[in-house]
Amino acid sequence: MPERTPVEALTKAAPAPPAGAAALAIEASGVDKTFRIPTNRITSLKERAVRPFARPDYRELRALRDVSFEVRKGEFFGIVGRNGSGKSTLLKILASIYRADAGTISMDGHPAPFIELGVGFDPELTARENVVLNGVMMGLSPREARRRLDAVLEFAELEEFVELKLKNYSSGMMVRLAFAVMIQTDADIFLIDEVLAVGDAAFQQKCADTFHGMRDAGKTIVLVTHDMATVEEYCHRAMLIDEGELRYIGDPEEVAQRYLKLNFERTAEQPEQAFQGQTGQEDARVLRAWLEDSAGGRTSNLERREPIRFRVEVEAINEIPEPSFGFNIANVDEIQVSAFGTHLADGEGMAERLTPGERARLRADIDNILTPGRYRMGFWVCRNRNFNDVVLRVPRVLEFVVYGSVWSVGVVSLEAEIEAQPARGSES
Amino acid sequence: MSGAAASSGLRKLRGPSAVGGGWRRFFDLLYLIAVTDFKKSYFGTVLGYVWSLARPLMLFAVLLAVFTQIFRVGDDVPHYEVMLLLNIVMFGFFQEATVGAVTSVVGREGIVRKTQFPRVVIPLAIVVTSLFNLALNLIAVLIFVFAFGVEPTWTWLLFPLVVAALLVFTVAVAMLLSSLYVRFRDVAIIWTVLVTVLFYGTPILYPIEIVPETIKDVILVNPLTPIFEQMRLWVIDPTAPSAVDAADGLLLALAPIAVYLATCVLAVWVFNREAPRIAEEL
Repeated sequence: MPERTPVEALTKAAPAPPAGAAALAIEASGVDKTFRIPTNRITSLKERAVRPFARPDYRELRALRDVSFEVRKGEFFGIVGRNGSGKSTLLKILASIYRADAGTISMDGHPAPFIELGVGFDPELTARENVVLNGVMMGLSPREARRRLDAVLEFAELEEFVELKLKNYSSGMMVRLAFAVMIQTDADIFLIDEVLAVGDAAFQQKCADTFHGMRDAGKTIVLVTHDMATVEEYCHRAMLIDEGELRYIGDPEEVAQRYLKLNFERTAEQPEQAFQGQTGQEDARVLRAWLEDSAGGRTSNLERREPIRFRVEVEAINEIPEPSFGFNIANVDEIQVSAFGTHLADGEGMAERLTPGERARLRADIDNILTPGRYRMGFWVCRNRNFNDVVLRVPRVLEFVVYGSVWSVGVVSLEAEIEAQPARGSES
Repeated sequence: MSGAAASSGLRKLRGPSAVGGGWRRFFDLLYLIAVTDFKKSYFGTVLGYVWSLARPLMLFAVLLAVFTQIFRVGDDVPHYEVMLLLNIVMFGFFQEATVGAVTSVVGREGIVRKTQFPRVVIPLAIVVTSLFNLALNLIAVLIFVFAFGVEPTWTWLLFPLVVAALLVFTVAVAMLLSSLYVRFRDVAIIWTVLVTVLFYGTPILYPIEIVPETIKDVILVNPLTPIFEQMRLWVIDPTAPSAVDAADGLLLALAPIAVYLATCVLAVWVFNREAPRIAEEL
């Protein structure tokens, strides 16, 4: 489990999930879904007529296999997975947009799907007409939709623009309106796909407050996302889907950790790799370079705050007098985060030389305050205790990934104690 | 925990369908979409209504000139002008609604793929919008009816039956075309050709009496034929042959009805079959 930074501690901790005895809102068992992707699609009747017996070729894509889960009433339930993992397909099946090939889904209550904000908005119509139309789409009666118009506009802060056609709205205004319509519906079960990531910061805060409110009011919410901070902040329970299969269901923090691990295992290179780009006079060569995990094994994925245990073995080809080693860490933007250097030392002090064929091992344990992301390490060997006299330079001796669910931007995430309080009576 | 009580409220999901989501919502949506589409077509342009009326009137003027001055088809037909106009307006409704419906489901792709939406509302809304247009155009026709001195009769009261019959057929064709278009994009091209064939294959420009026997059977099978025949009989010319009289024979009288019913059944079947998969096919 990651340590909580003060910033995280300020946000509202997820409340205890509703009592275990709460009735089920959704019960899914053995849900299967296969898409048939035509590779040689017959899209015209003409083709059909020319080759009446040609079977279209299909590539089968198994989007979901045997997924079973339950969501209780009043639960904020997260569905997590990488792109193409089947999580959105599952949501669309819950929303009755797709039909499952096998398995059953039962639901207690009226579901409202929010796959995308503003779907069904017509740019040629005014805000008023669109709000009513969307309300009816969500299952309100036209009368009820009209009655709630004011509440919608107030939430969206768009009262003055009620008669303006939507084509004249800015995208920000449109998003605000769409979100406001969404939360005014009478649904018991909200099926939400990544809509949090919209709007400016102020509106996002408003959305966040709304979600907290919905959760505290005991609405059942199913949220599909790949933002782990959201999962940890809001969800009572979550499930991880990968390649159409249910991998884990339960504690959101565990889900987040597993997701991040899964994600980076796929993309990160193997620790052992060719040391491309060796330059210099080739008086030395790198034999091995790796990162060590706490158990002594090799890794290329580090959780945030887990020390970077850098290990290199080099071999001298020619004699290297008074050898020194340098290495650095750079992020994907090629910003050098930090650089280090040391001189070769044996038991008695600084070593005089490395003779041809002689090997040296470098061990470095580095504090990890890096912002989650991808990094590379560079490594070089110098002589005469002079870091400008390079005999070997390997710009990319290894790559690694730092993962963690902390929201941060920048190169490093520094420890901080932050508080914000209303300042009363202290104005000068 | 009592499992039975806890799961009593659970209802099984049946997935997407043509009408899913309850009838009340179905009709609310149908009405709202049709009305807003209708408004859009008129309030967007300054002369909205004028244009929608101008099109059938222009066609009417040209055809009237051709068929009374050049071909002289209408010479022996009582109130040929009024019959021609009424026919054009009625067929215009059928054409506008069906051509508009072909691409409608694909055109509202976003709604179909991202919301739980009763799919059949989409083509139906197009038909209802066209129906509003028809109502407006019929007001203009009524003026012509009086201007040309057609005698009012009690059979005018049967006119809504004609509209209803045409409406049901239009709905069926609209459903059929819009669901097929999702998979076969050349339906759009085929239909523009077919609708022209139907225009000439229906007694619109000519009365059924003057059709020679050689091609009369073909025209009699057309399900639109009896509709237009009855309309002429009831509204314009009480001396015109009824659909049954014109058909000379019970079999030929029943043939268009069979085609009509088959189209409706086929439409419902195809749409129901396609509806659950439309979101995936798009």
